[in-house]
Amino acid sequence: MAYKFDPNVRYAKTHDWVRVDAERGLAVCGISDFAQHALSDVVYVELPDVGTEVSQGDVYTTVESVKAAEEVFAPVSGEIVAVNAALEDEPEALNSDPYGAWIIKVQPADLSQLDALMDAAAYEAFVAAEEAGGH
Amino acid sequence: MPFIANTDADQAAMLAAVGVERIEDLFHDVPEAYRFPELNLPEALSELEVLRELASLANENEKLDELTSFLGAGAYRHFIPSVVDFLSGRSEFYTAYTPYQPEVSQGTLQAVFEYQSMIAALTGMDASNASHYDGATATAEAVIMALNTVKGKRHRVILSPTLHPQYREVVRTYAQGMGLEIVGDGGLGQETGPSKGLGQETGPSNLDGNDFHALLELCDAKTACVVVQNPDFLGTIHSPQEMQALADGVHAHGALLAVAVDPISLGLFTPPGHCGADIVMGEGQSLGIPLNFGGPYLGFFTMREKDVRKSAGRIAGETVDLDGRTGYVLTLSTREQHIKRSRATSNICSNQALMALRAAIYLATMGKQGLRSVAEQCYHKAQYAATKIGMLPGYEIVNRGPFFKEFVVRCPLPVADVKAHLLLEWGIIPGYDLTQDYPELGQCLLVCVTEMNTAEEIDALAEALAEAAELAVDAEAFVLEMELR
Amino acid sequence: MIEPTVYELSSPGRHGPLLPALDVPAAPLPDAAFLRPADALPLPELSELDVVRHFVRLSQKNMSIDTTFYPLGSCTMKYNPKVNEKAASLPGFTNLHPLQDAEMTQGSMQLLFELQVYLAEISGFAATTLQPAAGAHGELTGVLMMRKYHLDRGDAKRVKILVPDSAHGTNPATTSMAGLQVVELPSDARGNVDLEALKANLDDTVAGLMLTNPNTLGLFEEHVLEVTRLVHEAGGLVYGDGANLNAIIGVAKPGQLGIDVMHFNLHKTFSTPHGGGGPGAGPVAVVEKLAPFLPGPLVAVEQVDGETHIHSDDYDHDEHEGYRLVWYTPSKSIGRVRSYWGSFGVLLRAYTYIRMHGPEGLRRIAENAVLNANYLKARLLAEGSYPVAYADRTCMHEFVAQGILEGAPGVHTMDIAKRLMDYNFHPPTVYFPLIVKEALMIEPTETESKDTLDAFADALIQIAQEAREQPELLKDAPHTAPMKRLDEVRAARELILCRC
Repeated sequence: MAYKFDPNVRYAKTHDWVRVDAERGLAVCGISDFAQHALSDVVYVELPDVGTEVSQGDVYTTVESVKAAEEVFAPVSGEIVAVNAALEDEPEALNSDPYGAWIIKVQPADLSQLDALMDAAAYEAFVAAEEAGGH
Repeated sequence: MPFIANTDADQAAMLAAVGVERIEDLFHDVPEAYRFPELNLPEALSELEVLRELASLANENEKLDELTSFLGAGAYRHFIPSVVDFLSGRSEFYTAYTPYQPEVSQGTLQAVFEYQSMIAALTGMDASNASHYDGATATAEAVIMALNTVKGKRHRVILSPTLHPQYREVVRTYAQGMGLEIVGDGGLGQETGPSKGLGQETGPSNLDGNDFHALLELCDAKTACVVVQNPDFLGTIHSPQEMQALADGVHAHGALLAVAVDPISLGLFTPPGHCGADIVMGEGQSLGIPLNFGGPYLGFFTMREKDVRKSAGRIAGETVDLDGRTGYVLTLSTREQHIKRSRATSNICSNQALMALRAAIYLATMGKQGLRSVAEQCYHKAQYAATKIGMLPGYEIVNRGPFFKEFVVRCPLPVADVKAHLLLEWGIIPGYDLTQDYPELGQCLLVCVTEMNTAEEIDALAEALAEAAELAVDAEAFVLEMELR
Repeated sequence: MIEPTVYELSSPGRHGPLLPALDVPAAPLPDAAFLRPADALPLPELSELDVVRHFVRLSQKNMSIDTTFYPLGSCTMKYNPKVNEKAASLPGFTNLHPLQDAEMTQGSMQLLFELQVYLAEISGFAATTLQPAAGAHGELTGVLMMRKYHLDRGDAKRVKILVPDSAHGTNPATTSMAGLQVVELPSDARGNVDLEALKANLDDTVAGLMLTNPNTLGLFEEHVLEVTRLVHEAGGLVYGDGANLNAIIGVAKPGQLGIDVMHFNLHKTFSTPHGGGGPGAGPVAVVEKLAPFLPGPLVAVEQVDGETHIHSDDYDHDEHEGYRLVWYTPSKSIGRVRSYWGSFGVLLRAYTYIRMHGPEGLRRIAENAVLNANYLKARLLAEGSYPVAYADRTCMHEFVAQGILEGAPGVHTMDIAKRLMDYNFHPPTVYFPLIVKEALMIEPTETESKDTLDAFADALIQIAQEAREQPELLKDAPHTAPMKRLDEVRAARELILCRC
């Protein structure tokens, strides 16, 4: 299976991505193309409340398809300052445009957390290894 | 052996295909010391014999059609149209499983969808699930759903003392590992003034002063939900204004209001869904299901659209097939245990489908007019009975506000004595003895009257109660006389 | 043919059966504010014939045991004997109120008492509750008892329940509901509980293990005695998920294998109708030390001297003269788990079924269920198209085949399942257990004949050939069912849950 990898984001092992918005310095988070493939057709995203504090690795939402309900983990720590309300009516955007359809924006507490995450090449290798491992 | 099709020849051929000599060989994984244990059970009976045995057990019961019954308390005798048994007994409904394969289960799925539609319409709510086991477990599921729906961690649950005592018990059983604080149902209020009349009051209507204000006072920022019943366990029906005020108060604390309701009452009275309730649930047995000594029954469960994803239990939804034709599937299954496993909020993985089918057939058959006339007859007959009993010397109707089909009678002698006299001398079960559940009420009896009770039966009940009171007076006089001597 | 809904069929003014005229004076209605306006009761208006045709037509859109072979794995879709229905419809049973005084209901209470005793005897336990309304409900009952047992002994540390990865999803969900934590155990190469993993997880924080035996792979746990011994040595209890009792009824008593508490699925093993998803019944039986925790009330025998018994050993079937049956709540009960006494109508069908079988007959059920499953498995293996998980082991009442066909890479289990409908068979359970890829879980039950099994095997083999030669036949299936494949994604996104 060929997946899309976005060179402009950094990836967590939990298949979440984060991109720092140059203008406001916010960490924009979503799920990877691999993750949306694994889920299949997304039917619902439960959006968290703006103002919630999350720590790196915390579950901040659940994304549901007809066959799975997967937890989504925060790739960085900080306060949630925006949620993508468009996903309420159009959850399928996570399938059609996984790197455009962000879920939350976080005011990052510590941008150095991104350094420990994978770049696109490392994540591609990680996904390939995981697929070979047989899931 | 009954019901086994394989002949000896079939078995031999099958064993050969499997490659073993004897059937016993298939069980080699079972530890030998414990294989084929002796079963100390009675020997097999033929169909004829088993039916004789069961008929004789059935005859040891005193069934209601040989008695006159005013017993309710959550399980009710209502008229069941003949079509309900006939249609629900269709093999295709009866012997199907959960509709996992929608293409060949449209019968069950559409019936469930129609059940959901009619139950939501009846309760005035946005959505219904496909049902829970009974009214008590539906109430426990309402509490669990509220805990998962409110913002933040909340651990206080407020139960009305006039919620069915068994429902309160089941909520406590379910919740014992959840670290909750369950309050509100310690007892009815202190005020036990006499009844001021029947059915005309619009003031605080709850029995004995324990109105909803007391529940609201317990409500705080840690409260997940308040659960009340309307008509309550003691028969009193609370006004829509009172319900709405309760809902507003509960919502102001960010909690949910769950209301248990008698579905038959909704043919006549404003449904909780029109008065701010977040969850409306209850026992659906009244909707075409026989008393059956307590089960199988039907727990109906309805909710607001925004909370549907937080609810548990099966739910059918409308969709289309590849040709664009309207059809139905089980939906929202990601909430359920087979996908969420330990993250699921409830382990329920079935519904009372056949009972929901009976309710759907009942509601479709009785329809708009029929359900209203059932509710009206219950109401008028109950008022008639209460008026007659209220005039008897020594008896008192305790409900201060309007009531639907049940009401509380305070008796001049112990309820056990009333019951014994009426059963032995009149063949009447006068109602449910409240002294265990509500000792604070004194010698009280919960009387239930439905469309099944004739005027003649009600007159007989009044006459019998009068006789019981006279006997008690005589007995007292006798004792007094003996003491004086 | 699309069947309209009851609302679409509705026509203003139509009505069903009428009640007798009101025979008491009409009382004043309460204040109008209490009342629902007549036009605000949105129920349909139909004639009786409208209702009859509608629901008969709907019924014809279902597959059912009475119309087709229904080899749904883990569900034990056996024939539901009609004598059960006749017995259950006796007015002495149906027309009994649950709150009538015990003196008036001795016949039904005796039936319940006997059933408590029979189930305990069949499974090797000391006492039984008949209250739980379904298997999952029984699980909750059992796990709450395990929790309370430890707490009662002052052992509050035991908060974990071990659950094998092959378990039904209700096991972990039940554990969470009871406020305990789930620890998942892997399966070993032969489909058993991995003993090393079990040992590594056993300590004084473990409340117990939930074991389904035979498990959802259709395999009998080869180390069952060792598994239960290890758990007991660590101070834990073993919960037995009785979903698969049909494989071992009369062959082994779980109580003798070290299980401490177990639920039965009367709608599986004991032939009560599934009814389109319920009602079932999930009684729970326990060993002596857990009996004080059972939900109350149970039916007990009260002797003339006032002593009360719930145990089978204390009660002689033939000598119940001079006893009366009473409701009894054990001293440390977890509380009631539902209203009244249980799903009496379901319990009575199971009682009837046990009475018709006797000890020999019950054993024949398991023997033929296991023979039928092994035969069907042998036929598929002999032909070779379908891989079977753990094919080298003798299966119990069911086995797990895989919809992975050589030469048909685009075909999946779901396609095979849908194509089976065109052959007039209900599909097996699909995609469960989760640990087998493309699972097709097949449970034929003992009531099916060799002829039916052969026809089903022939159909599966024919479908494998179609998959290689005309895969579109499978991809577009079903062709002859009342509907084509339904759009589940649309249903979940649009959420139309009622219409009136």
